[in-house]
Amino acid sequence: MTSTWPLLSLLIWLPIVGGALVSLVGSERATTARWLALAVSLLVFLVSIPLFTGYDAASGTLQFIENHVWIGAIGANYHLGADGISIALIVLTTFTTVLTLLGAWDSVHDKVNQYLAAFLVLEGLMIGVFAAIDALLFYVFFEGMLIPMFIIIGIWGGPRRVYATLKFFLYTFFGSIFMLVALIWLFLQAHSWEIADMANLRLSATAQAWLFFAFLAGFAIKVPMWPVHTWLPDAHVEAPTGGSVILAAIMLKVGGYGFIRFSLPIVPDACQEYAWFIIALSLIAVIYIGFVALVQEDMKKLIAYSSVSHMGFVTLGLFIAMALVRKDGNPEAAYLGVSGAMVQMISHGFVSGAMFSCVGVLYDRVHSRMIKDYGGVVNTMPWFAALWVLFSMANCGLPGTSGFVGEFMVILASFQMNAWVAFAAAFTLIIGAAYTLWLVKRVIFGSVANDHVAHLKDIDGREALVLGAFAAGVLLVGVWPAPLTHLMDASVKHVVDQLMQSKI
Amino acid sequence: MPFNIHDIVLLLPEDFLLGAVCAILLVDLFLKPAQRGITHWLSVAALLITIALILADTDPATIAFGGMYVHDDVAAVLKIFILGTTAAVFVYARGYLRDRGLYVGEFYLLCLFATLGAMLLVSAGSLVMVFLGLELLTLSSYALVALNRDSPLSSEAAMKYFVLGALASGMLLYGMSMIYGATGTLDLAQIQKLSTFVAGGAAEHQALLLFGLVFLVVGIGFKFGAAPFHMWIPDVYQGAPTAVTLFIGSAQKIAAFGMAYRLLAGGLDGMQDHWREMLAVLAVASLAIGNVVAIAQTNLKRLLAYSTISHMGFLLLGLLNGTPSGYAAAMFYAIAYAITTTVAFGLILLLSRSGFEAEEIDDFKGLNQRNPWYAFIVMLTMASLAGVPPLFGFFAKLLVLKAAIDAGMLWTAIVAIVFAIIGAFYYLRVIKVVYFDVPDDKTALALPADKPFRWLLSLNGVALLVLGLFWGPLIGWCYRALGL
Repeated sequence: MTSTWPLLSLLIWLPIVGGALVSLVGSERATTARWLALAVSLLVFLVSIPLFTGYDAASGTLQFIENHVWIGAIGANYHLGADGISIALIVLTTFTTVLTLLGAWDSVHDKVNQYLAAFLVLEGLMIGVFAAIDALLFYVFFEGMLIPMFIIIGIWGGPRRVYATLKFFLYTFFGSIFMLVALIWLFLQAHSWEIADMANLRLSATAQAWLFFAFLAGFAIKVPMWPVHTWLPDAHVEAPTGGSVILAAIMLKVGGYGFIRFSLPIVPDACQEYAWFIIALSLIAVIYIGFVALVQEDMKKLIAYSSVSHMGFVTLGLFIAMALVRKDGNPEAAYLGVSGAMVQMISHGFVSGAMFSCVGVLYDRVHSRMIKDYGGVVNTMPWFAALWVLFSMANCGLPGTSGFVGEFMVILASFQMNAWVAFAAAFTLIIGAAYTLWLVKRVIFGSVANDHVAHLKDIDGREALVLGAFAAGVLLVGVWPAPLTHLMDASVKHVVDQLMQSKI
Repeated sequence: MPFNIHDIVLLLPEDFLLGAVCAILLVDLFLKPAQRGITHWLSVAALLITIALILADTDPATIAFGGMYVHDDVAAVLKIFILGTTAAVFVYARGYLRDRGLYVGEFYLLCLFATLGAMLLVSAGSLVMVFLGLELLTLSSYALVALNRDSPLSSEAAMKYFVLGALASGMLLYGMSMIYGATGTLDLAQIQKLSTFVAGGAAEHQALLLFGLVFLVVGIGFKFGAAPFHMWIPDVYQGAPTAVTLFIGSAQKIAAFGMAYRLLAGGLDGMQDHWREMLAVLAVASLAIGNVVAIAQTNLKRLLAYSTISHMGFLLLGLLNGTPSGYAAAMFYAIAYAITTTVAFGLILLLSRSGFEAEEIDDFKGLNQRNPWYAFIVMLTMASLAGVPPLFGFFAKLLVLKAAIDAGMLWTAIVAIVFAIIGAFYYLRVIKVVYFDVPDDKTALALPADKPFRWLLSLNGVALLVLGLFWGPLIGWCYRALGL
């Protein structure tokens, strides 16, 4: 189906052009820049809604296709398309960006126009990642994202921002460049940059193994998986609130999305072969990083480690599916794993975005991220405390919140593979509850710890709007996940069908 | 060899440039220092008219002067970019030269002569032409490096350049003599036919040819500045006046590609198995030395010098593919590198204007607070050099990596990207200084620059992004030139 409106192009280029305009406003006219940026992001969000409503979810195919020759000489196309999986992530991106810009309204005062422009450009590039179905185009967006984020952390970050941002950039650059070699190699085999053509190749087991590890280098760092996660806590701690929100809510999802788009369809046999390896790494992330989160004294660091732990569920779900296919060719259980991973990604987008926004709210008032500087916040900020507790419950995976749905599906799938794997995965529910609730206890409850806390003002309308929107997302996915799963159902089935086919 | 008037017409761009240089030489004699602007604009006009002549040239003839001169699309494309970057050099250099009392006619004349040499070099159809073109190019360059004769650093750099350059020319000539000995001809087209034949013939002829090839590769390696023949690059880049460094670092790299293409792809095509191995060694050594040593640099000109070395390593990766698509990748790389490096040195010139040399990386501190637009251009330039998409430099890297993997040199490609990651660090450090640091008193100066300079720099910087998004026409042009 060729859409009459180039919706995806519009979604990619509108924020980028808008970002350029915002940067032209100049740093003196900060308020103008803020309103303009907010208007652009709202417009982008509105444009993304027809994707959701107009998508024919029953077929699960790529829709809203746009295909133009980009570089004829080497066969690269400007080829965009979206299925249920991409659309869910694109809408998450446009939604979160609006809230991020709104959340940063008062917390950034230096070079505001550049700050907002960087976020808008980043938004366009992230949507590009989810919409590209030409491998080269995907790679361009995938790498292009690094520059605005590098700038965001480096200019508006904390005291160790330079170290953190360099580490962030070099880590991700390191991983993705191996992926580039893999893509070039695949191009030389397939004579096409189309991901679909690459997925149709017959590849030997050895070639698949090499490709698998090249893709792994690119995506595992992005997710991030243990043991290549160390850039994430640094980046999160130093990044400004908005940077943390986007990083956790969307950029990490690019890694999981990459596995679904590249690893699973192109090298399914190697994915099955090495599923145990990824499952092992994921379980380490889930359990060990959970314990690491427990001892953190910095709120942002704690949430960052909790992100690594939760993203472990995503990779676990994806590769449990592969292991199940290998074990008894069971598409139903595999489908459950992949679906669970997808729901977990969306849910984590809401929850982690909300948690980082909450820390931002406190940081704007007290200028500290340390847990020991807080205590008894509920006495002075009751509304804020209520929302924080809600997000914390979602972070623990309480039924009725979005955190429960994905984790439950993944654990259910794990049971069909091996009860011990399921047991280990389920263990996270305990650790997750431990570190989250302990955080709540120390920050929110108890008696008022110091003067700063005593003088805190509760959230204003703008902050309430941001956190309320996140809360709505968390509850909606938790109570009524049907629209989301319906959107992705057929597309996930399609992915599972692909990974069932041997490519050797 | 019968003289044919048609040959002269075929060389019309070169004829015109030669005439123009002579005319400018005479005109300049009668100008007062205050009227130097006339020389400047005449030189730029001469270059632009030469480009127009090349573009207008549709003559189907392929050779002139009995094969001495090759008239093909590769030469035309390379010449257009050599002339274009030289014109940009003139615009960038003007203010810098004026501030330092180097605003003399000699700069223009020597640059123009060097450009003429480069044009002949990329069109060379025989070993003699290669040598003549190269000598015209390099002799002019030696003098250019010494342009600031009161500076000991400049003189030292010129001396070093001259001695090493003369050595390299000697090696090249020695290699040519052996190839002549083995094949009995100086004509590259003939050599191409004979070398395949000789390579399969008697052992002593083979050895002679191989010996000659080694010396040719040494000469080419020197011209590129590929390790281990890179010693002159850092000193010359740092010692020469920045305007001259800009000229040596940009247009001349395109010429170096042209020379390698004529000699290796044209003349010694039959020896591909041998020179591919040699180039692979040079490429890996350049990538390693260039990227690793650059990390320790605090002087931006030196940093860019080591970055040049590593980029030449990448360029060689394209060449060693040994097929037209590989040559097209290398050609694209040379052009992309020249355009990017022009911006990089243009930025140094921009900041150098107010009485001090902005050579240290720290001189760029907090540029974003003084002028966000130029800071943005620094970011584009450095990201392009580092090879981050969607900038121009990334696609150049993509093509040469593709060429190397296509040639079965997967491991060389992997080594190359590992060093590219190391390289990314020092480019990022420049972005870091520009964006994350606070300007100190010394750097907190206004940025004066004449209008043409500012416009060209902005255009040139934005071109890195635009050519990154729409590089199809350029690569299509390279492919067509190589008959793909």
